[in-house]
This record gives sequence, C-alpha cells and structure tokens, in this order.
Amino acid sequence: MTVDRREFLSRTGKLLLLTGTAAAALEHVLAGRAAAAPGYAETEHWWGMIVDIDKCIGCGNCVRACKEENDVPREPYYFRTWVERYHVEHGDMEHPTVDSPNGGFDGFPERYASGDGSKSFFVPKLCNHCVESPCVQVCPVGATFRSRDGVVLVDKDYCLGCRYCVQACPYGCRYIDPRKHVVDKCDLCYHRITKGLTTACAEACPTGARQLVDLKDPKDPVHAFLRTRSIQVLKPQMATHAKVFYAGLDGSVR
Amino acid sequence: MEAPTPRTALFKDAEHLARVAGLFLLGIGGFWVAQRLLVPEGFGQYGHYRPGALADKRDQPLVFAGRAACEQCHTDIAETKAKGKHARPACEACHGALALHASDPTVKPTRPDGRTLCLRCHAALVGRPSPFPQIDAAEHAPEGACTACHAAHDPGLGGAP
Repeated sequence: MTVDRREFLSRTGKLLLLTGTAAAALEHVLAGRAAAAPGYAETEHWWGMIVDIDKCIGCGNCVRACKEENDVPREPYYFRTWVERYHVEHGDMEHPTVDSPNGGFDGFPERYASGDGSKSFFVPKLCNHCVESPCVQVCPVGATFRSRDGVVLVDKDYCLGCRYCVQACPYGCRYIDPRKHVVDKCDLCYHRITKGLTTACAEACPTGARQLVDLKDPKDPVHAFLRTRSIQVLKPQMATHAKVFYAGLDGSVR
Repeated sequence: MEAPTPRTALFKDAEHLARVAGLFLLGIGGFWVAQRLLVPEGFGQYGHYRPGALADKRDQPLVFAGRAACEQCHTDIAETKAKGKHARPACEACHGALALHASDPTVKPTRPDGRTLCLRCHAALVGRPSPFPQIDAAEHAPEGACTACHAAHDPGLGGAP
C-alpha cells in the first residue's frame, strides 16, 4: 500500500478534525457551572421598562439616582440614563429642538414660553435592552451579551475597550469609562432587580413615569399598559426588538 | 506491471512521519493548554459570554435601599404618606440614597433642603405635563419655606407633618 500525498493529507485532516471535536467535547464536560443566585431564577424573568411620557416632569431624579447607584462619572457626557427635552414648533415634526443640559442631571432651565403654538415635553432615555441588539452582535470577545432574563450586560473584566459596541448602538447608550477604559451602560441595575428591588431610576422617579417591568410575570402591570396605551419603541425601523416601551411618544422623537 | 512494494519500503521515511506527527501533537497540545489558560471558566455555557460576569454584576453594592426597607421601620411616615398626595414618590426620591442608613441606623441622613428640593419638581416649567402641580417660584411665597404651609409627607394644606 502506498501512501501518496493526497491520502496523507486526507488522513491527517480527519485525524485533526477528530482531535478537535474530542477536545471541544472534553471542554464541554469540564466546564464549570456559574455560581447560582440564591432565590433568583434567571429563566423566570424577562426584564424591560415602561416610560410614560405624560408623567415625566423633567426633574432629573432618575439621572442623579443612576449616577449615584452605579458610580457613573459625574462629567456631563457620561450617562447610563439621561433626559431629553423636545420642543416642536407649530407641528414641525421634522425639526424638533432637542436639549439635554448635563443629561438633565441639574434639571432643566426655563427656555421656552408657553402659549406660542409650540409644544415641549421630556423623554427619558436609557439602554433599550434589545433582544436583537446590535451591540451584542458586534462584540468580538463576548464581553457584551444578553443574559437569559433579557438584560444586555457588560462583562467589565472581559471587555477590551475596542468601542465597536459604542458605534453599533443606534441609541447612543454606551460610553467608555475613563477610569478603566472599558465600556459601560445601563444594566437595569442588575444587582437590584436580582434581589427583588426596582432600578435606582424607577425608585427615584417621583411620578412613576418610568417603571421596571417583568414581561414574564403575568401579574405585572406592564401587560395592561401595553394593551391599553399607544405604545412605541425608539427607532423601530432598526428592528432591534427594544424592550423599553414608551407611551405617548411623539413622532418627532428620534 | 510493477512489483509489489516491500513492506520495509513503505516506512523508509518513518522518521519524517514521526517528526511531523510530533509537531502536530505539540501544536495540538499547545493549543489545548493555551485554551485552558485563556478561556474563562464556563465560557459558552449559556451563550458567547462568561457566566461568572452575572455573579460579578449581582455583587455590586446597593446605594438606594428601596422604599420597602424604609417602611419597615418608619411605619408612621409610610401611613401618613399613603393617604396624601405624595403617596407615589418613594422615600429616597426626596431623601436621597440611604442604603447605608438602612443597614446601619446610626448613620444619620441629612435633612433635605426644603425649598430647593420642592422646586426641583414643582417649579413651573414649560414642558411639564399640565396636570402636574406647579408654582411660579417668584410669586408663590418667595421668601417662605414650603413646609410652613405644606407638610412634606402629606402636602395638601392642613395635612399632618
């Protein structure tokens, strides 16, 4: 029996393939289990948020609470959540004036006059915790991921700080933490919601304009909210399957 | 017709083969060791991420205690609040984050600065929804403290403190 080059390469290839498969299988068997959270079943939740524009008074409590709870840098361009003020003149939907001084951290100075035919309103923004999230898709190392309870999280120990996700997010919800040079964003206060508490922003919101919701909980008021109100998500054309649901959102909001 | 190759001739390059096989084994072994060292524990178990990151997230300390923690001790205030117009805002919406106080009551919170705090929500501002109670700060008791007339926990006139 002669072994020609073709035969040799074919056999070696098969051997390598089998070795690789065996290694992968062994890896799977040896993989450790993640430490389970006491009293929290990840697969029994599906987190999101509802925002009622008609209730938002632009006080900035959510912005301050979020920065405090999550140690977000106080500089006026790092936010996990922020509030925008929209001003639409005479129904000019295409050209709203939007401002967000320090993200609403210090509240909003009076800038507009009432009764001139224009309208103003406040829009709180945060990570939309998309089901089909672009940021997760572009992360090259698996540092940004969607957990089984529907929260898009950042593994700060694993992030390289490459900023692909910052560019991929259609909502501008991510920033690079200047202290660690890794990405940071809203994690729906994962340390709170897994302990049965609500998020810091929802806790601090005086009017209930923003509320944490569990879409897998049949008793959650979110179901009535989604059924009875006019609901919109931000940038539906991006097909991100966002889970921050806005009621009363004006068409001028980008 | 060629004569059948003698068995010995088949392995006349056995040394080369062994060398190549050794290299392959070394490569595979090196890859396996590097993978063991570099890939975090459990990576890929639930998806393309490190499951340990979830535990890291959960370990972040609380800053806001949550209204349930406040109401465990301050039952009287909770009752007053529940009857009045400030039933909706949680305690820490005005008093600030107080997880430290909740876990150690000897840590005393600072009293919120009345008028500044009230005006944050109740100063008239274009864009605030009209049903929300708002005042013109320059006209509505400009010198007075809000709490002279309105009790913070039950702000309707004549409410309990």
